[in-house]
Amino acid sequence: MREYNSLIFEVSREGRKAYSLPKCELCEDEINEIIPEEFLRTSDSKLPEVSEVDVIRHFTNLSNKNYGVDTGFYPLGSCTMKYNPKINEDMAGILGLNSIHPYQPAETIQGSLKLMYDLDKMLAEISGMDRITLQPAAGAHGELTGLMIIKAYHQNRGDLKRKKIIVPDSAHGTNPATAAVAGFDIVEIKSDDNGAVDIEALKRVLDDEVAGLMLTNPSTLGLFETNIKVIADLVHEAGGLLYYDGANMNAIVGITRPGDMGFDVMHFNLHKTFSTPHGGGGPGSGPVGVKEHLVKFLPVPVIEKKDDKFVLDYDRSESIGKVKGFYGNYGMMVRAYSYILTMGSEGLREMSETAVLNANYMMNKLKEHYHLPIKQVCKHEFVLGGLEETSLEVSTLDIAKRLLDYGYHPPTIYFPLIVSEAMMVEPTETESLETIDAFIDTMIKIAGEAKENPDLLKTAPHNTPVRRIDEVRAARQLIVKWEDE
Amino acid sequence: MHRYIPNTEADKRQMLDSIGANSIEDLFEDVPSELRLGRNLNIGEALSEIELSNHMNALANENNSISDLICFLGAGAYDHHIPTTVKHLATRSEFYTSYTPYQPEISQGTLQIIFEYQTMISNLTGMDVSNASLYDGPTAAAEAAMMACASTKRKSIIVSKTVNPEIRKVLHTYMKFRDLELIEVDMNDGVTDVEKLKSMISKDTAGVMIQSPNFFGIIEDLTEVEKVTHENKALLISYTDPISLGILKSPGELGADIVVGEGQSLGTNLNFGGPYLGFLAATKKLARKMPGRIAGQSLDVDGKRAFVLTLQAREQHIRRYKANSNICSNQGLNALIATIYLVTMGKEGLREVAARSTQKAHYAFEELIKKRKFKPLFNKPFFKEFAVTSEFDSRMVNKALLKSGILGGYELGKAYPQYKNGLLFCVTEKRTKEEIDKLTGVMEVI
Repeated sequence: MREYNSLIFEVSREGRKAYSLPKCELCEDEINEIIPEEFLRTSDSKLPEVSEVDVIRHFTNLSNKNYGVDTGFYPLGSCTMKYNPKINEDMAGILGLNSIHPYQPAETIQGSLKLMYDLDKMLAEISGMDRITLQPAAGAHGELTGLMIIKAYHQNRGDLKRKKIIVPDSAHGTNPATAAVAGFDIVEIKSDDNGAVDIEALKRVLDDEVAGLMLTNPSTLGLFETNIKVIADLVHEAGGLLYYDGANMNAIVGITRPGDMGFDVMHFNLHKTFSTPHGGGGPGSGPVGVKEHLVKFLPVPVIEKKDDKFVLDYDRSESIGKVKGFYGNYGMMVRAYSYILTMGSEGLREMSETAVLNANYMMNKLKEHYHLPIKQVCKHEFVLGGLEETSLEVSTLDIAKRLLDYGYHPPTIYFPLIVSEAMMVEPTETESLETIDAFIDTMIKIAGEAKENPDLLKTAPHNTPVRRIDEVRAARQLIVKWEDE
Repeated sequence: MHRYIPNTEADKRQMLDSIGANSIEDLFEDVPSELRLGRNLNIGEALSEIELSNHMNALANENNSISDLICFLGAGAYDHHIPTTVKHLATRSEFYTSYTPYQPEISQGTLQIIFEYQTMISNLTGMDVSNASLYDGPTAAAEAAMMACASTKRKSIIVSKTVNPEIRKVLHTYMKFRDLELIEVDMNDGVTDVEKLKSMISKDTAGVMIQSPNFFGIIEDLTEVEKVTHENKALLISYTDPISLGILKSPGELGADIVVGEGQSLGTNLNFGGPYLGFLAATKKLARKMPGRIAGQSLDVDGKRAFVLTLQAREQHIRRYKANSNICSNQGLNALIATIYLVTMGKEGLREVAARSTQKAHYAFEELIKKRKFKPLFNKPFFKEFAVTSEFDSRMVNKALLKSGILGGYELGKAYPQYKNGLLFCVTEKRTKEEIDKLTGVMEVI
């Protein structure tokens, strides 16, 4: 195929057009007769001028420079890059479900409200929580909503000194960032040698200023926090609440539930566990679930069922307020709801079981060639610490870049921070044994190349549309828009 | 066996043997037995494609969508035409099944599109830089407010009451939990009361947020606001409708420091409120204070033009303890849609959409006022939305419209008790003369 390197602005030619609008009989009055001249644009909007075929070829060519789950294996740890079922896209495209204005009267949106009400119930059943808000737009947004609820809970009790949120050093970077944005101070605790919460370290920081603890279970190392009950009891005894980061939920659905582990509030990632596509970085959807004692703090509106009719209830005096316009990323809800219905209870359990089996199989095969810092059964993902032989001066980045040459999206790299040269591998349940074996073979081959021809790795990738990019130059020069020379 | 899970029982057996496990149960031995669910989830059995499709269509039938109704409702979510190119290109799964461009060598499609998106948003708003997008308009407004507080090291934001109430609600939540102050400034004849603003603004004010066209569709005169804001060394935050920028002066030309808004009208369908697209653009001076992602141009080792995320804010790099924003994603797919939309419409198309919406809205307004049952609520120049009032209960008016297959206006009394019978109508380029005449016809006989 021909290489395509044009920006749309370079394709633009004066006078070309790609749109069509009907004749307008109401448009005789010139705009400057309707709107005072001083408000009207005099500068050029500089939008491109191209034909329809230019538009189609431009974006089609750009799509060929992208790698998605539909292209191939995408074992990006912590991101749960599973297959995005096509029927979900079709369902989200039903006109009667998506061509709905958010301010339509309740009697005209009963179908959509019912869908959201039922999704709330399903997520509650899956998580062991009592009530869900579907409003948050992403995982980090769910975290923010959850921490606002925790703050509101303490303030509501008149307990104003609880300013601290405890976060393990293995946590997702968003956890401490969210705590800062929600107006908390952050207390980091070290993990023990097995990457689990160090109970003694936890006890040392628990006091009457602690608002809560944020935890991922399985942890970012892919390991189940076996002491979770003890941790929950300790935090509760100190008067704090437990926040569950649902990023790693793909490991536990149908097997154990955050609500039963003692968590008070949590977020889901519909774009991870429940198969909605990641969209090149979003939209996601991060619903938040709470236990009964926190329900009154949920964002408005809450969908209620009254006399067999669904309504949006804004009349909730202790709600934290609104965290987003309207009701959340509804289009993602339609997809996740479709997914849950097509999986069923047995399918959901099989999903988590297979995700865990696939990860353990890979870990077991790769541990002879790559450093595995913690040797125990993993859940849906595992973390390697670079090559077993450290004298080679080949970094995790080099390995990741070499994987690109073999047509794979590499694992998450340099995270979690507590493992040096980390590679976080998450195969998900939607990959076949052959796909997984082929990836393992490639990883082993690369480990061999690292010994025989390390330069091959250090200069990788070799056959991608562009090769390694000068990131320092990008940040220093900061060219963030196209300008005509 | 589920169709999304390829491994057969035989595959699984082989894998367990390779691990040295007897059963899958062995892989969950670290989950204490008292925490086990020990039953099936109460979700029901898996549905086939046919069953799911029937079920979802039945739900759709319990809705009245705007494919059945004639939509005159706006108030922050708009029924503009979506060109067919959007659907055909945005459904390419190389785009929508990818994630954040962490590996730029295999994400040049996504990255170049973000770069093009940033270019067009910057040019439209008249600003130097744009980020790669945020969740939606209201959260973009909240991010802009926090950005203003962080960069001025002040703790108070003034927002006009003519800013969409939905946006102000979200602002209140974000500011309250951050221990920042949000003050609302009154309005006068549908626009920000500049005299009141002058009496409220001080050296503690981090930013002043004005929407234009404002919630009532009125074009605000920012001349005085800009002067008094900058005299106090505060930042001017402009919230705008990107479609309006096809004909209206850009916020950059009016002296805005930060421009935010809702990008849904750029090709994203109404979706019952989401996913939408928040945009945020700013002056060069504020570039490094911007929340979210930004794509930048650089070179690869062969000297070839290449794009990469820069000033990185993502899960691994986010400033863990000093964050001013916790955003580490963007609305990639909606930004793609907006990019396709803007490229398809182009300079002339966007101008025409903006102009026609304005012309049609003015026709609807004139027709309605002519019949004397409804009076204008304000007397100010407006874009595609206008507010009217009457002696009739606005809910009753909307009920009558709905009976005729018309989705009526936003009932202003919900957010502005002083305009109890007020209705805010929106007319986009999609509405025909027949549809507008039907609206005014039904309203005449109420």
